Amino acid sequence: MSVSADLMDANAKGAVPVMIRDYGDHALLLEFDNTDEVLAWTAAIRDAELLGVLDIVAASRTVLIKLEGARYQLPTRQRLARLHVAAASADASAPADVRADVQIEVVYDGPDLDEVARLTGLTTDQVVAAHTGALWRVGFGGFAPGFAYLVGGEDRLEVPRRAEPRTKVPAGSVGLAGEFSGVYPRESPGGWQLIGRTAADQPALWDVNREQPALLTPGMWVQFQAVG
Amino acid sequence: MTVAESAAQPRATLEILRSGPLSLIEDLGRPGLAHMGVSRSGAADRRSHTLANRLVANPGEFATIEVTFGGLTARVRGGHQKKVAIAVTGADTDPAINGVPFGTNSIHYARDGEVITLGAPHSGLRTYLAVRGGIDVEPVLGSRSFDVMSAIGPLPLAPGDVLPIGEHSDEFPELDQAPVAAIEDGVLELMVVPGPRDDWFTDPDVLIRTNWLATNKSDRVGMRLVGMPLECRWPDRQLPSEGATRGAIQVPPNGFPVILGPDHPVTGGYPVIGVVADDDIDRVAQIRPGQTVRMHWSRPRRPFEDTA
Repeated sequence: MSVSADLMDANAKGAVPVMIRDYGDHALLLEFDNTDEVLAWTAAIRDAELLGVLDIVAASRTVLIKLEGARYQLPTRQRLARLHVAAASADASAPADVRADVQIEVVYDGPDLDEVARLTGLTTDQVVAAHTGALWRVGFGGFAPGFAYLVGGEDRLEVPRRAEPRTKVPAGSVGLAGEFSGVYPRESPGGWQLIGRTAADQPALWDVNREQPALLTPGMWVQFQAVG
Repeated sequence: MTVAESAAQPRATLEILRSGPLSLIEDLGRPGLAHMGVSRSGAADRRSHTLANRLVANPGEFATIEVTFGGLTARVRGGHQKKVAIAVTGADTDPAINGVPFGTNSIHYARDGEVITLGAPHSGLRTYLAVRGGIDVEPVLGSRSFDVMSAIGPLPLAPGDVLPIGEHSDEFPELDQAPVAAIEDGVLELMVVPGPRDDWFTDPDVLIRTNWLATNKSDRVGMRLVGMPLECRWPDRQLPSEGATRGAIQVPPNGFPVILGPDHPVTGGYPVIGVVADDDIDRVAQIRPGQTVRMHWSRPRRPFEDTA
């Protein structure tokens, strides 16, 4: 482990201590224990508008900060150490007064629906009810243009990825993996458990000719609705 | 010239006659869009791209043509006083105008109707053709780069394409010819910053003790190397996907490293044993299939406790 340059820093009282690793000579990788910490830090880093930060890549347990050059690596470490990020709320589910920014109609006939029911101990109807019953929040993007990792929806739906990823997952497939749900923006390989597909008349998850190419952007609340 | 005459004058264009194996429009990419799942993309060899622009007095972010393995032929139309300033950098492909050879890394003028040809590279892989005013196709998400993985941006060039050339100031190019180090055609040596996941390997120093061979399964998404496979300490453990950069050396379960290129996925799920130092990343873009690559740690790797 290249801990030589790693830094553990418990900053303000009650704040989350953060492990920072060098990622090459012009990026830093921050490690966290859960997605809520990732989201809290991502927002804080974005708001801090640190000099020399080119891009912020959130993922399930890490935030990668890409820098304009090697000369920003050490100063950014120091600035991060001074950044106050309150411990994230343990409860990531939607506050009562939140309304969905986007509603997505889904036909729940995915090839893994039975498997998800088996893994969760629910009936397929209960899986659908759980998936549509809660609001999901867009945590971060990644994987492919327009793909959104949805968090905070429903703990009971936590399932592992498929042991054998599919080489072709059709566009619009709605899936589950770990604590996340997501919709495939286009045909691609993929290992998520597929429980349904977006209805035919739904707007594309990704359209480069639209003013906002991505339908789902971080922070949005999403509600799925069962149709057909 | 009157306004009417000026408006009537057609803008300069480049008409693609032959595109070779792969010719792409590239600039410095679209940074800052990771939250949408969009990688930066941009010229694979940024140094050669930027130099080509500089030779024709373009800002570095203007679009050039990135030609992989040579073979591009294009006809110039129009231009200021019926000529267009051009420069070719990167892999030397014996460039010529109407059959008359000209040197790489210097400025030349192609007249209305003349044809620019690039042959096959002697060494290196990617050649950059800049025209004064830049390749002025419509940008997509703020960039004229084609991202081969996401298929965002102007499509790969094909015979018959007519590319608009942008306007430019009357400032004269500052540079006639640039001294450029030759592209290595033997063993390529790369400096690598260890980690962040070097502790995932039984012996991460296999990376720096092995003569790696660049394979032909390499593109702008990643360069695949073969050699002594790296052994993962925890074959049953899965790393949660994390953000990636170009130059990151990912090691999938087969143990053979992949050096991520400009069109890499925004996040990746394989452990990154090290990251090529930024200064050396452009040289990765010039590695040819079959070439030998040797790597060196750019700083000491902290020994980790053996918990295996």
